[in-house]
Amino acid sequence: MIVELGHFALVLALGLALIQSSVPLLGALRGDLRLMVVAAPAALTQFLLVGLAFAALVHAYVVSDFSLLTVADNSNSAMPLLYKITGVWGNHEGSMLLWVLILALYGALVAAFGQNLPEKLKALVLSVQGWIASAFLLFILTTSNPFLRVAQPPVEGQDLNPVLQDIGLAIHPPLLYLGYVGCSISFAFALAALIDGRIDAAWARWARPWTLAAWIFLTLGIAMGSYWAYYELGWGGFWFWDPVENASLMPWLATTALLHSAIVMEKRDALKIWTVLLAILAFSLSLVGTFLVRSGVLTSVHAFASDPTRGVFILAILVVFIGGALSLFAARAGTLAPGGVFAPISREGALVLNNIFLSAVLATVVVGTLYPLALSALTGEVISVGPPFYTLTFVPLAAPLLFLVPFGPLLAWKRGDLLAAAQRLFAAFGAALLVAIVAAAFAGTANVLALAGVWLGAWLIGGALSELATRLRVGTVPLAASASRLAGLPRSALGTTLAHAGLGVTVLGVVIATTWSSEAIRSMKPGETVDIAGYAVTLDGYTNTPGDQFNETDIHFSVRSGGALVAAMAPSKRTFADRQTTTTEVALKNRGFSQLYISLGDIAADGTATVRLYFKPFVTFIWLGAILMALGGLLSLSDRRLRVGAPRVARAKPQAAPAE
Amino acid sequence: MTPLRTILLAIMLATGLASPVLAVLPSEMLKDPALEARARVLSEELRCLVCQNQSIDDSEAPLAADLRVLLRQRLSAGDTDSQVLDYLVARYGEYILLKPRLNWHTVLLWAAPPLTLFAGLIVALIAWRRAGGNRPTVPLAEDEEKALRRLTSGPQSNITES
Repeated sequence: MIVELGHFALVLALGLALIQSSVPLLGALRGDLRLMVVAAPAALTQFLLVGLAFAALVHAYVVSDFSLLTVADNSNSAMPLLYKITGVWGNHEGSMLLWVLILALYGALVAAFGQNLPEKLKALVLSVQGWIASAFLLFILTTSNPFLRVAQPPVEGQDLNPVLQDIGLAIHPPLLYLGYVGCSISFAFALAALIDGRIDAAWARWARPWTLAAWIFLTLGIAMGSYWAYYELGWGGFWFWDPVENASLMPWLATTALLHSAIVMEKRDALKIWTVLLAILAFSLSLVGTFLVRSGVLTSVHAFASDPTRGVFILAILVVFIGGALSLFAARAGTLAPGGVFAPISREGALVLNNIFLSAVLATVVVGTLYPLALSALTGEVISVGPPFYTLTFVPLAAPLLFLVPFGPLLAWKRGDLLAAAQRLFAAFGAALLVAIVAAAFAGTANVLALAGVWLGAWLIGGALSELATRLRVGTVPLAASASRLAGLPRSALGTTLAHAGLGVTVLGVVIATTWSSEAIRSMKPGETVDIAGYAVTLDGYTNTPGDQFNETDIHFSVRSGGALVAAMAPSKRTFADRQTTTTEVALKNRGFSQLYISLGDIAADGTATVRLYFKPFVTFIWLGAILMALGGLLSLSDRRLRVGAPRVARAKPQAAPAE
Repeated sequence: MTPLRTILLAIMLATGLASPVLAVLPSEMLKDPALEARARVLSEELRCLVCQNQSIDDSEAPLAADLRVLLRQRLSAGDTDSQVLDYLVARYGEYILLKPRLNWHTVLLWAAPPLTLFAGLIVALIAWRRAGGNRPTVPLAEDEEKALRRLTSGPQSNITES
C-alpha cells in the first residue's frame, strides 16, 4: 500500500512538473502575474510529492519489502538499519530518485527563500527547473522505476554489495548529488536571463549563493570520495583520474570559474555573457557526469550499445538540455548589454585570467575523459588516457593558475597596481621559500619540481594571509585596531582567504604525499618486523571473529618508534559466506598530519601474510584543505548583509559615485 | 569513487577478475633495485586490460600480475624502457598505454589543453578590445568640465559613500 502511494506520488509529481514547466513560463512571456505565481506553490508541492515517494521507498527498504525488485536485489533483512537506509541509493533506481528529490528540494528552496526575486525571474527559474524535473521523472518512471513489484517475492533479499556497506559511501552520493543538482539552479537562472533578455548585477547576486552552495557540496563530495577510495581500495592512492572521478571534477572546475566570474558581474557588471555561458556549462557537465556514470558507456561502448534504453534516454536528455540551452544562448546572448570596461591589470583582469586558465584545465579533463569514447565510437580504435596524461597536461596548466591566485585579491577593481600587489606579497614569497628550503633539508634536492610544488602550496597560504593582513592593516595600525577591523570584515572576504589558503593546504598535501611517500611490500610471518620511514612495524598475530554477515580476520601489528610502542594497527579481511567474496579493510594511523597505512593481501596456510605498508607524509592535508575550502565557501554564503539588502538599496538611491 | 566505481569493483570481485591479493607481490619483485625501480615506473604507465582504469601497478587482477612478470622478464633480458613498451604495444595494442602516444589519432587530445589556453587568451583580448578597453582617455569637453566643477565645488557635495 505504502509502495503504491509512493509510486502514485511520483506520477503526480511528473504531472505537476509539467504544469510547473509550462504555466509560469506562459505567464512570464505574456506578463500575466496570475500564471506566474503558480510556480512557487507548484515547486513546493512537487518537493512534497517526490519526498513522499522517496519516504515510501525508504520505508520499503527498512521493513525489507522484498516484493519490490530493487529491495530484493539490493537489501537483506539481516543488514544493520543504517545500511538498509543507505542501500536506497546504493543502486541505479534509488539513486536516480535521490537525484530528483534533491532537484525538487532546490526548487522548493528557491520558491521558499526567493521572496526578494522579481516575480518574472522567479517564474522563469522555476519553470526551467520544472523542465529538468519533468525529464528526469519521465526517465525514472519509464526506464528505472524503483517501485516495480515482483510476482513471486523471494524470502530473503540478495544483500547490499559488501563494498557499499561503508559509512563513507553512504554520505558520498548524496553530497555529490547536492553539488551536481545545485548547478541546475544557476543553469535555470541563466536560461531565465536569456529568455527574459535582461541580466544585471542583481542577477549575479541572486544566482551566486546557489552556485556557492553547489560548489561547497561538490568540494566536500569530491574530497569524501577521494578519501573513501584512499582507505577502501587499498593501494593508498587518492586520485586516479578515473572517468567517474573526472565526472565530478568537471562541474567543480566549471562552478569554480563561475563563482569567480559572477564576482566580476556582481561588482562591476562585466563578463555577463561569459557568466551565463559558464552557468550553462556547469550544469551541462553535471548532466554529462550523470550520463557517464549511469549509462554504462564508460565500461565499454559495447555495453552501452547492448542495453541502450537508459543510456539513450539520458543521452536524449543531454542533447535536448545542453543543445537547447546553447542554442538559446547563441540566439539571445547578443541581447545582453555588455558592462563596465577595465584595464588588463585589475581585479577584473585577474579574474578573467583565472577563468581562462580554469577553462583550459577544464578542457583538459573533458577531452581526456571523452576523447577515448569518441575515438572508439568513430574509428573503433581504443586508447587509454590515464594519470600520466594528466600529469603532463593538467599540472602545467594548473601551476601558473595557482601561482597567480594570490595576486587577484590584491589588485584594485578597474585599474590595479601590479607592483604594489607584488610588494605586499614579498613576505609570502619569502615565507614560502623558507618552507621549500626546510622541505629540501628533510627530503634532499633530488626532486626540484616537487620542491617547487611545496613552494607553490606555501605561497598560496602565505598569499591568502598577506591579503588578510593588508585588509586588517597589520603593522600600520595598533593590533587592537586590526582586531576590530577583523570583526568588521565582510564574511565573504574571510571566505576568500580561507578558501585560497585551503587550496594551498591541499596542494602541499598532494605534492608531499605523492613525492615522499614510503612503501614496503613484504611477506610477513608472525614476529617479523619491517622498517618503514623510521617506524618498526611488527606482525604480532591473528584473531578470527565469526559474525552474522561475515567472518573477520584481524592481523595485529605493533608500531614502534625508537623502541617505544606508538600504535597498534589491525587491518582485516572479511569473508562474506553468502556472496563468496572477500573484502579487505586497511588500517590507518595518524602520525601528526601524516599517516601509516597497512593493507593486506593473501594469507597463506602457514600464516605468511602479504602486506603492503605505506608512510604517507602530510597526506591528511589533501582533505583538510578541501574542508577549509568548503568552510570558506560556507563563510561567504553566510554573508547575508551583502546579498539580501544591497539590490534594494542600489535601486532606491539615485546613481551615486562609486565608492572605490 | 562514486557508486559506479564501487559496483564495477564489486563485479570484478564477484567474478573473480580481482581476487583479493595485492598488486605488486613480493615474489614478483626483482633482486636488482635499479631494475625494479624502472619496472615500477613503467608499470604505472601500463593499463590493466581487464580493469576499470587501473594501472598494472595498482591492479590485483591475475592478468596484471602476468603483465608485471612479463615486464620484468623483458627488463631482465636487457630491454630498454621504450623496447619494453614497443613489445607490449605490439602484443596488446595502444590500449595498454595510459599515456597515449602522439599520432594522427591523438593529436587533438594532446593539443586540446594548450589550444584552449591560447584560444581563451585570444578571445579575451578580442572581447576586451571590442568593449573599448584600449580606448585612449579622451579629455573632457568644456561643458562636461563645467558640469563636473559645478557638481563638485558646491558647499554640500551630494556624493555619499555607499
